[in-house]
Amino acid sequence: MELLPTIWFVAIAVLWTGYLFLEGFDLGVGMLMKLFARNNTDRRVLLNTIGPVWDGNEVWLLTAAGATFAAFPLWYASLFSALYLPLLAVLAALIFRAVAFEYRGKVDSERWRNRWDWAIAVGSFVAAFGIGAALALTTTGLPLNANGDRSGGPMSWFSGYALLGGFGVVAFALVHALAFLALKTDGDVRHRARSWFVRLVPFAVLPMFGWMVSVQFLSGKPWTWALVAAGAVAVILAWTLARAGAEGRAFGALGGFIVCATASIFGAAFPVVIPSTLDPAFNLTISNASSSDYTLGLMSIVAAVGLPLVIAYQSWTYWVFRRRVSAAHIPEAHGFLPAIAAKVLISNDNQPAASTKGD
Amino acid sequence: MDALEIARWQFGITTVYHFMMVPLTIGLGLVVAIMQTIWYRTGKPEYLRMTKFWGKLFLINFIMGVATGIVQEFQFGMAWSEYSRFVGDVFGAPLALEALLAFFVESTFLGLWIFGWKQLKRGVHLACLWIAVIGSVFSAYFIIVANSWMQHPVGVEMVDGRPVMTDAWAVFTNNTALVAVPHTLFGALAVAGAFLLGIAWYHLWRRRHDGIDVVDNNGKLVPGEAAIPGRDKSDYTVWMKSLRIGAVVAMISFAGTAITGDLQGKLMFEQQPMKMAAAEAACHDGTGFSVLSVGNLGATNCDDIVAVIEVPGILSFLAKGDFTTEVKGVNSLLGEYKEKYGTHLPDNPLYGERAGQEIQYVPVMEVTYWGFRMMIGFGGIAAFAALLALWVTRKGVVPQSKWLMRLAVFGILAPFGANAAGWIFTEMGRQPFVVAPNPDMNGIDQVFMFTAAAVSPGVSAGELLTSLVVLTAIYAILLVVEVKLLVKYIRGGVASAMPELAHPASDTDDDDKNDAGPAKSGDDVLAFAY
Repeated sequence: MELLPTIWFVAIAVLWTGYLFLEGFDLGVGMLMKLFARNNTDRRVLLNTIGPVWDGNEVWLLTAAGATFAAFPLWYASLFSALYLPLLAVLAALIFRAVAFEYRGKVDSERWRNRWDWAIAVGSFVAAFGIGAALALTTTGLPLNANGDRSGGPMSWFSGYALLGGFGVVAFALVHALAFLALKTDGDVRHRARSWFVRLVPFAVLPMFGWMVSVQFLSGKPWTWALVAAGAVAVILAWTLARAGAEGRAFGALGGFIVCATASIFGAAFPVVIPSTLDPAFNLTISNASSSDYTLGLMSIVAAVGLPLVIAYQSWTYWVFRRRVSAAHIPEAHGFLPAIAAKVLISNDNQPAASTKGD
Repeated sequence: MDALEIARWQFGITTVYHFMMVPLTIGLGLVVAIMQTIWYRTGKPEYLRMTKFWGKLFLINFIMGVATGIVQEFQFGMAWSEYSRFVGDVFGAPLALEALLAFFVESTFLGLWIFGWKQLKRGVHLACLWIAVIGSVFSAYFIIVANSWMQHPVGVEMVDGRPVMTDAWAVFTNNTALVAVPHTLFGALAVAGAFLLGIAWYHLWRRRHDGIDVVDNNGKLVPGEAAIPGRDKSDYTVWMKSLRIGAVVAMISFAGTAITGDLQGKLMFEQQPMKMAAAEAACHDGTGFSVLSVGNLGATNCDDIVAVIEVPGILSFLAKGDFTTEVKGVNSLLGEYKEKYGTHLPDNPLYGERAGQEIQYVPVMEVTYWGFRMMIGFGGIAAFAALLALWVTRKGVVPQSKWLMRLAVFGILAPFGANAAGWIFTEMGRQPFVVAPNPDMNGIDQVFMFTAAAVSPGVSAGELLTSLVVLTAIYAILLVVEVKLLVKYIRGGVASAMPELAHPASDTDDDDKNDAGPAKSGDDVLAFAY
């Protein structure tokens, strides 16, 4: 077995784990903007728990995609082109969601905020669903021909696994976000998040378990089956801890679940990176899809230095912003009196500015 | 349109759009970091105001660069899967490193900067901005290394029909990249320079227009105050300093783009002679630089073109640094290309309907000829305007002319135009290749790829059209939103980025003076909140 492609398969699994762990909760917080928050202050509390970190979390996705391109170009090319339309939806969702975070508070109007809230909620949902579906399909199979191209029409990638993966990540993100909010907020939001979490977590992990077990039936190994069991233990632990009010440890335990989930899924799929549903001879594997050892070696050195550094400074960010956010911390949204009020740029007005009058 | 053409339009539109936001991010980031550094060292309040105001505009724009950047990384695989398969071994690495070493740094430390005004010590807070800005410079480096490999593929060996990296040093120090990186960075600074200049001019003009600032009998400006938060005497200093910084940055960056552009041109005459011949619409060998050529610049018939005004010797200077060397024209290059790379596309299913078609080696000359001239023209106009602006305002007075003000404001667009034209020129000039061959190698260098073979074979024209329409529509809507917000905050002035000017009750000012320590545990409100 080739050492470097194996290392990079593991590295990519780690990057996806990091992505699902970190962006998992900020995608969930995004969806909760419309499902959980009851008023504008609630929404701002939610937003400010992830404000300083969501963009850094999203880079895990970019790095996972970039590393796949570099280490397994054929995997990247086949997966991304086969899932053209769903990934287009993910892109549109991520664009609106990102812009919405930044622009939501920039105009003091209920309508304006409401629009961006929907962009955040729907964007988070579509992104979580699409990425879950894509990961489920890469581990369960796509109709790839000998060249690695999708055969059939634009929707021929669809299978029940796509739904399992999609709902799996969406539901996980929701409860992960509730655990995160219980840990990161104070007051009403904190208590409601914890009680929602306790009530929802047993059901929310079910689609993810569906995906995990499906992959095990397709290509499981004893140790990956064991990870499924470990994942179940982690969920029970998270539930128990949350009930006992140990918010930090409950969040950690649910994080342990996602680690078990991705490890069991990628472990079971190994060494195949995309099974072809047309003919096993067309399977993309770590051997026939990977870059040269030279490239992989170079990337290994850089990643060995770079990734721990990333983890270190991202952890520091979470430390800097460790304080719980509550309604009391949210500054009032005061509109500002513009220095220049009139539309003077084009029009030919010559009256002395209205702006000197004050309010 | 077939799949290939749609995919090319999509890549062109999304990339040019993305590269509206990126240069402003890089250039303005650098400028804001310098402003905050001056504030940190001198404590002068106007530099804090400048940091906050320009920083706000920087962030409104930054997020658009982030959002549209994701599309860039995904669409290689989505729309150009054959390209990705062909180049992945060497092209994927800089993309992965860009994410790992630049994007993480940029996003994480910018998050710290935005939200950390109170939580971090002043020095640490400033360092976060610098680290984020340096991250953005690194990201420019990595992506240009990737692009330069398409312009000038080095450090590889062909194995089983695909280039395999054998020399990473050669890839990461590709001479094409080493000149393109500073060229691009200066281009980004030019955008920031014009941005500062135009907006500051508008505010200064408006202060006079509103009767706040008056000019006394000696022609000296007397700053005044209005009953609007932030519109005080120090506001005048903010804009005047911004204007001067902007003008100086614009001029320095034009000098920088000119010098690096000259080096780049000389390299391109060697590496892609056809691109440069097409930039000149030069059909025949010669030494003269065309100031104006007319005629049918159509790619297939070169002989219709008449150079109306030509300066002898200049083309040779651009290419070789002397005034006499004959530079090859399109017609003599055409024969060489046909001999080396064939007259017809291979009869391979990868080329779809285009298999076996005749290859058009001459890029679309309307685009290369005018793209090249627009790049230089817009850049030059912006620099000249900056020089003029410095001269006109040397006594601290912005003229009351409305037309000059409009010129300054709409002049912001000139460096954007220069950047877009430059990239369109360099990418369209590389056609029909997506990976351009190296003509200086002996015999046939197999490291090249025709664009016609690069598109995803499994993706239908319908899917591509869907994404073209969807992305273009989203981008159009968001452009309107971004410009609207920028205008709102520009009109808002400094107080729009510093609510504490309007509401002095807030404790932010004290914290700044007391060099607030990290994370006070009290129930005080966040320094910045969404």
